[in-house]
Amino acid sequence: MDFTEDQIQRYSRHILLQDVGVEGQEKISNGKVLIIGAGGLGAPVALYLAAAGVGTIGIIDGDVVDLSNLQRQVIHFTPDVNKSKVLSAKEKINQLNPDVKVITYHQLLTASNALEIIKEYDFVVDGTDNFPVKFLINDACVMAKKPFSHGGILRFDGQTITVVPGTACYRCVFHAPPPPNAVPTCSQAGVLGAIAGMLGTIQAAEVLKYLTGVGDLLTNRLLTFNAKTMDFRTIKVKHNSSCQVCGTHPTLSELVDYEQATCEIKQK
Amino acid sequence: MTTVKLDITAEHCPMTFVKTKIQLSKLQSGDILEVLLMEGEPLQNIPKSAREQGFKVLDVSHVEGQVHKVIIEK
Repeated sequence: MDFTEDQIQRYSRHILLQDVGVEGQEKISNGKVLIIGAGGLGAPVALYLAAAGVGTIGIIDGDVVDLSNLQRQVIHFTPDVNKSKVLSAKEKINQLNPDVKVITYHQLLTASNALEIIKEYDFVVDGTDNFPVKFLINDACVMAKKPFSHGGILRFDGQTITVVPGTACYRCVFHAPPPPNAVPTCSQAGVLGAIAGMLGTIQAAEVLKYLTGVGDLLTNRLLTFNAKTMDFRTIKVKHNSSCQVCGTHPTLSELVDYEQATCEIKQK
Repeated sequence: MTTVKLDITAEHCPMTFVKTKIQLSKLQSGDILEVLLMEGEPLQNIPKSAREQGFKVLDVSHVEGQVHKVIIEK
């Protein structure tokens, strides 16, 4: 593809990078990425991928923007309160970079629609806030052989791992969702807004590395950080041969919707 | 082997090297790019950046006034 003068200007800092260059920018421009959740993590992921010129960005989220989201979900602005999150996100992406084609899904990801939606994309980003859907995303991506980035944040902590076919999956490490109400959600426990940006931008960088083939992905390594101490750790993890979804004899052959962790506070 | 000419005398850093890289990306290995550029920053940086990114700088010569020519092999 030939970039226009405007595109050459826009992507000049990528083109200058030896590891990216014109060829890498073309790969980014041809990339199709699905972001699940247009919240704290999905916001920086969507903004950085849009700025980078990812050709097609899909965003799925069933919620509308709430005032309590704005402390960390930086793609949504005060006038967007009560607007669907996917529409709000699409508007910002279009303003940031009109090159990007945005596909919105104003719905929840479920066992019945997950495979159909993710099959259109090269890479999937988990920007969700609860365990049942995190396991659903893992299982769907493993079954569909789609690479994805898991991300999670709570209070001052964040964790992320990149999974590509054959590497340790989220279920290899964590096996199954915790029982409902065993673990607090962000709306119960709180979260420092800025760590959504810290973790989401790590996920966005992983997407760009995957699309361009640059560097070593965060596979078989779980990155965790705590913003109070600002300690970052990477913990080596292994593919589990008895994993229910990617092991030698997988026992999960169909996707399941786990019971949603219920919360006294309305889920935001 | 083909030779392509590129005039970046009107460009400023970093677009000087961006334009050079874009032309180089369209060439085959062994092709030659003749770049016209201004003395000062472009003349200092283009040959250096080209070498750093794995291209071969075959020659640097003065053309006229402040204009110089750098010959790069992909």
